[in-house]
Amino acid sequence: MLLLWSVLPLIVTLWFSLRRYNLMNPSRTGFDGLGNYRYLLSDPGLGLAVWNTVLLLGSVLVITISLGTLIAILLDQEFYGRGFARVLMLAPFFVMPTVSALLWKNMMMHPDNGFLAFLMRSVGLQPIDWFAVAPLTSIIIIVSWEWLPFAVLTLLTAIQSLDAERKEAARMDGAGPIAMFRYIVWPHLGRAVAATTMIETIFILGIFAEIYVTSSGGPGFASTNLSFLIYRYVLMEYDIGGAAVAGLLAIVLANVLAFFLLRSFARNLDT
Amino acid sequence: MITPSTSRKLLLTLLGWSVALVIAFPVIWMVLTSLKSETEAISRVPHLFTHVSLNNYVAVQEQAKYLRFAWNSVVVSFGSTLLALLLGIPAAYAMAFMPTRRTRGTLLWMLSTKMMPSVGVLVPVYLLFRDTGLLDTRTGLLLVDALGILPVVIWMLYTFFKEVPREVLEAGRMDGAGPLREVYNLLLPLSMPGIVSTSLLAVILTWNEAFWSLTLTTSRAAPLTAFIASFSSPEGLFYAKLSAASTMAIAPILVLGWASQKQLVRGLTFGAVK
Amino acid sequence: MSKRLDQAFLGLIASVFCGSLAMQAQTTLTIATVNNEDMVVMQRLSAEFERQHPDIKLDWVVLEENILRQKTTTDAATHGGQYDVVTIGPLEAPIWGRRGWLLPLEGRLAPAYGIDDLLKPIRDAASDRGHLYALPFYAESSLTYYRKDLFVAAGLQMPAQPTYQDILRFAKALHDPAKGTYGVCLRGKPGWGENMAFISTMANTFGGRWFDEAWKPQLDSPEWHNALSTYIDLLQKYGPPGSSSNGFNESLTLFENGRCGMWIDATVAAGTLSNPKQSLVANTVGFAPAPEAITPRGAQWLWFWGLGVPSATRHPEAAAAFVQWATSREYIRLIADRYGWAAVPPGTRRSTYEQPQYLASAPFAGLVYRSILAADPLKPTLKPVPYTGIQCIVLPAFPTIGNQVGQVIAAVLVGNIAVDEGLHKAQAATERVVKRMGVER
Repeated sequence: MLLLWSVLPLIVTLWFSLRRYNLMNPSRTGFDGLGNYRYLLSDPGLGLAVWNTVLLLGSVLVITISLGTLIAILLDQEFYGRGFARVLMLAPFFVMPTVSALLWKNMMMHPDNGFLAFLMRSVGLQPIDWFAVAPLTSIIIIVSWEWLPFAVLTLLTAIQSLDAERKEAARMDGAGPIAMFRYIVWPHLGRAVAATTMIETIFILGIFAEIYVTSSGGPGFASTNLSFLIYRYVLMEYDIGGAAVAGLLAIVLANVLAFFLLRSFARNLDT
Repeated sequence: MITPSTSRKLLLTLLGWSVALVIAFPVIWMVLTSLKSETEAISRVPHLFTHVSLNNYVAVQEQAKYLRFAWNSVVVSFGSTLLALLLGIPAAYAMAFMPTRRTRGTLLWMLSTKMMPSVGVLVPVYLLFRDTGLLDTRTGLLLVDALGILPVVIWMLYTFFKEVPREVLEAGRMDGAGPLREVYNLLLPLSMPGIVSTSLLAVILTWNEAFWSLTLTTSRAAPLTAFIASFSSPEGLFYAKLSAASTMAIAPILVLGWASQKQLVRGLTFGAVK
Repeated sequence: MSKRLDQAFLGLIASVFCGSLAMQAQTTLTIATVNNEDMVVMQRLSAEFERQHPDIKLDWVVLEENILRQKTTTDAATHGGQYDVVTIGPLEAPIWGRRGWLLPLEGRLAPAYGIDDLLKPIRDAASDRGHLYALPFYAESSLTYYRKDLFVAAGLQMPAQPTYQDILRFAKALHDPAKGTYGVCLRGKPGWGENMAFISTMANTFGGRWFDEAWKPQLDSPEWHNALSTYIDLLQKYGPPGSSSNGFNESLTLFENGRCGMWIDATVAAGTLSNPKQSLVANTVGFAPAPEAITPRGAQWLWFWGLGVPSATRHPEAAAAFVQWATSREYIRLIADRYGWAAVPPGTRRSTYEQPQYLASAPFAGLVYRSILAADPLKPTLKPVPYTGIQCIVLPAFPTIGNQVGQVIAAVLVGNIAVDEGLHKAQAATERVVKRMGVER
């Protein structure tokens, strides 16, 4: 049954990919051969969308895992009010994607009345028009903010499970903090990094709400990823056939990425 | 007297708190904005605590029945998590303890279908729901969300189950425990922290799920994600009211998350603890 | 194991079926509407309607415009039957009507409703082949808003009918970013209902058209070049920062807070801008018709929000009763009594504009009325065209075309590509979409 659930959408998608089907034109239906494929491949935004998908995923993974490791190490230290600081850091993870997108767009990154614009003006700088100048970067910032707490959580769990004795022993041997990290902590984190990568990949590949709310994929196609491209096909253009082809492409891309990502983590995930 | 170790601790405190505040700042800012008037909310120079009032919350409550939306969110997120666990535990059990040559491949394939954007199958699902009377029912949304989160749940449970030593289960089998007893008496207690954090994660992720909950519900089953969509971008000023609505929408899950963060952290080991 | 699961699953599904079979005795109407202020007021007055119709209960789905459109379109196209009343615009009413997704309303109206009181351009825009598919709730055209105080200070005078040359000149004189005032605010956020609504009217008045009589796209024509160059000039040189993400709302906010010297946008903003509770410029805002270039045709747009009844509804009578009530003279009178004449939904009925109290409380009313009557959706451009609709062409493919062209123009606006390159891309995109979706209405 589980297998059926994971295969059924694929079959439905394959079927639609071969048919002419637009919700707005109920009279134009029927078998269309490779028409949908030709149409999608001629979409001027397609190449960029694939590239943006990979770029978005890669950047968010690198940012959340590197920052997440630093913050996890910080949270592993003793300091006053650590419990509450940790609670604060978790907050972004509980915010719905649409809310965080609206929040960042209107209250943080708005070039006129956003808080970042206020900060830049108060130090005498010209505020940045985030979604015009750096649309994809802005989205990477928002998505990284959403997923950072998750990375911190898993990495912190892993760090805390590291034997205090082993750390102590290494310190006795005269290992400095950097050597400590390099030879004791980092190897221990492998599995947590793999797990974080896995979960984040699943959700980040499917991101569209943040894009829809903030930049609607533009200017031009500068911040369109594959997921948003499909969203546009279905819910803005009601083109089910075209969307099905894009959906198939998304599966292929996901499997290619999964292959590369998981290859490198295979050992960590498998035992 | 300030010793080197207390000054180090003070420094770490400062650092830790600044990082935490920077990360949480947008959320804090949103809550502050929800207490302002609409014109203050868009002012270029931020106002702090000028005319603090709960007017926005009153206005939001007048326009939409918050409790109905919140209750739908609770039912759907907890219900779908429960269903995903019911389906996921046997599947993960089978994969962890009776692996075949294809288990790993199946697992990866399952996860990668989750990577396909769900909007791609909207129309078939909508038609199916129309014909089965599931449109705008909590049951319908619950089913879709459960199936959506299922691959993640199975994979997480699988990593936890693999940590349970086979010998323990085999010992149980020697004592004549059937597979059901084996799961119930031995496996579940042993991997409880993992199951708890899997469930918490599933609840959070389904609570925040915005696509199906917006497209498959209209009014009776609409959860908080739809509540938010009633307040975003009308004609006119809306930041303060939207902030109030957003604060109301994330408050329950924020409280749950904060209250359970110890359990969440304890379980997110992905099998790293031996 | 899996058998047990299957049973549990089937049980679950069976329980759902039983649940949906339990019918209610009272008629409940599910009404889908936009979260704009006028509709929120309508929702607040539902008790009034329920008092008059004790057997009908109203259930509201109030959503942001785009999400609302996605949901109602999906439901209408699949005959989902989730809504008994939907809030739709000039693009949906005729197209959905022709596909049989909406019930024709002209035969269901009570004599007292006064169909002839509805303004003709609006009625035309809501009809297809002689059938009326939506009753207008409020309607709008476009205006030029300007700051009288800044004009006086700069020694400028707004003519009775401004041209785009005038606007360019004024914007230059008023632009003072150091003080936080920008010459002109315009829509730049991509989307067929956002930047393209405005840019289409510009293209019209510069003599351009979307298609020629043979449905060949005309975006690489000199008329479009002139219109787009002027638009880009205005915003790049004298516009506020972040123009490419400013829609109606963002621009309204800017103008209300005194950041814009001029703003060309929907007439519905006039009420908000003159309200001293919301607007810092309530006493200094001036009103003029939308600017023209070489022709008055299509220089101002026409939009309405109307209420339609999907053909999949199970309660057509109750739904028809509601849409009549919410768009009636009595409803307008009710709003006037409760909230004052300035708050009535504008632009739909001649009788509203014959009320002396309304004209007195809304100084811009006459101008709005003339703008709406001047807009002709049946003959929108200088040169002949095979379509109707001024800023949104009544064509199923138009949202797709409008969104894609809108994105290209946003890219021109932020300086990623040049005007002519942008128009070539827009032309290619339009040709591609037309080839795929056809031009049947």
